[in-house]
Amino acid sequence: MILNALGIALSQLRRNVARSALTSLGILIGVAAVIVMVGLGRSATASIEGDLKSMGSDLLFLAPGGQQQHGPPTGSSQAFSLADVEAVERQVAHVRAVAPLTSASVTAVAGDRSWDTTAQGSTAAILDVQGWTLAEGRSFTSGEERAGSAVCLLGDTVKRELFGSGSALDTHVRARTLTCTVIGVLGPKGENTMGMDQDDFVLLPLSTVQRRLLGTDDVSMILVQVDGEAHMDAVSRDLDALMRQRRHVASDDAIDFHVMDTREFSSFISSIMQVLTLFLAAVAGVSLLVGGIGIMNIMLVSVTERTREIGIRLAIGALEQDVLTQFLVESMVLSAFGGILGVLLGLAGSWGGARLLGVPFVFDPLVVAGAVVFSALVGVAFGFWPARRAARMKPIDALRYE
Amino acid sequence: MIALHDVHRHYGQGESEVRALDGIDLDVPAGDFLCLMGPSGSGKSTALNILGCLDVPTSGSYRFRGVEVATLDNRERALLRRHYLGFVFQGFNLLPRTSALENVALPLVYQGVPARERARRAAQALEEVGIADRAHHEPNELSGGQQQRVAIARALVTAPDVLLADEPTGNLDTPRSHDILGLLTRLNRERGLTILMVTHEAEMAAYARRVVRFRDGRVESLVENGHGGDA
Repeated sequence: MILNALGIALSQLRRNVARSALTSLGILIGVAAVIVMVGLGRSATASIEGDLKSMGSDLLFLAPGGQQQHGPPTGSSQAFSLADVEAVERQVAHVRAVAPLTSASVTAVAGDRSWDTTAQGSTAAILDVQGWTLAEGRSFTSGEERAGSAVCLLGDTVKRELFGSGSALDTHVRARTLTCTVIGVLGPKGENTMGMDQDDFVLLPLSTVQRRLLGTDDVSMILVQVDGEAHMDAVSRDLDALMRQRRHVASDDAIDFHVMDTREFSSFISSIMQVLTLFLAAVAGVSLLVGGIGIMNIMLVSVTERTREIGIRLAIGALEQDVLTQFLVESMVLSAFGGILGVLLGLAGSWGGARLLGVPFVFDPLVVAGAVVFSALVGVAFGFWPARRAARMKPIDALRYE
Repeated sequence: MIALHDVHRHYGQGESEVRALDGIDLDVPAGDFLCLMGPSGSGKSTALNILGCLDVPTSGSYRFRGVEVATLDNRERALLRRHYLGFVFQGFNLLPRTSALENVALPLVYQGVPARERARRAAQALEEVGIADRAHHEPNELSGGQQQRVAIARALVTAPDVLLADEPTGNLDTPRSHDILGLLTRLNRERGLTILMVTHEAEMAAYARRVVRFRDGRVESLVENGHGGDA
């Protein structure tokens, strides 16, 4: 019977190709919009998560300032010192590497070119911790680190801005009153998802930045690389305990530092992206609803137009149920047809959109299946009322209808 | 086969109540060719609708093959129509943009007959009404007489017990009308098909075995045509 109904539905829809196509178009656009929105949302999320992963899923950040549940870190807190860095290295287990970080805004000058950038002070360990490669030259020696020598590594952007395609090695770059020798150039990382250029900095030994640029002994952040994700929680706890002790924290309220886990950060970003994606999908869903109302409209017109046909069918032995099935199948075919084309268009759209935005294309079969099922449900939901109207007609009235 | 007893069909309520049928008694044996006549509003069409299980009496008894139809629900009456009754209308009522063959096969769809078998039996029915060569034409490519033949084939394809015809020649010219009545007479005689036909043309009524006249919702007279069906 369902096969029969399908046959009847298809032959009916064929008789009015233009109208059927336009009706399906409503659903097509709705489904495509939902798929594109959800797809691009997923792509953006994946891209951001990828960035966070490239920051290192085994990284912990130790920064001064207490961290409230919501909002920015509190107040101005005492910075860390090199002694804190050494304490972490010595006293916390499962730490692969520790890198201090402190920074200053500078204008880097080489010859007649200058470039506003950031001077970052750290140790050679930062290269491993943050996953930098050396494009040319070498890294700091421990002697240079201790002595606060005037040597530097250039980020790819700074190198390009100051030297173009020429070689920078062994030349001199001036930042404020400091003139340092370029001993190496870092390989490029490019922009992150937020559009920030990750290659725009000059890397100097920590003590060089401290003494010769800032005139303090402050370390503004400590990066801790853990040897394996399994130890993240343990190391995080140990860091917390160590810093409470070293900074003489009496109560939880007085905590003036925080340990940040990239995973926390990424789950926070993910939850924001999820809400955003849902919101976009809901907006797109409205067009699907409008498409459904379009189907209901056409089905009502069709039922009225075909009153006589319904009468004939009832007279020659169709049951109410047969007529109901016929019209329901018709509206389901309309919406499923639109739904399937909408899926194709939506996938093409999100693929194109992902390429345009430079984010990875994420194919989720669940979203596709969901969209098709939902569009068929739209057909049933919005086809039901017209179909029931058809099925409930009295055959003699329907036959008399002009 | 058919027995109406004190059948009433009233429309509306109170003051405006219309008694379309006001106490009808009628027996139709199998193989009869009964013509229902009467002026418009006399109740002949209402009676045919009730006989065809398209409508139910307000009160009274209608027994079809021993079954009390008045107590059946919509579904059961639809099944009765599906298996035992065939309809022919004044306006032909073929599905537009659908070939003659498909139109004739339609009742078999609802009987759940497989497609191949449907096509075979539909072609056979078209053959029987003498219009096999028009099987693949759509209604708008057929003349009125041809359309009515297709409609008769559709009514016959399920091999019903009773054929109900509501002014089958109302839209046809006289020669075509005689053709159709000739066909009905042949079906009645050769197949023993019971035919109930509403008409207001005495010329057409002459083909029937019996003629029942309605007036104001009652049976005015019931006359046997002298030819006993041999027009």
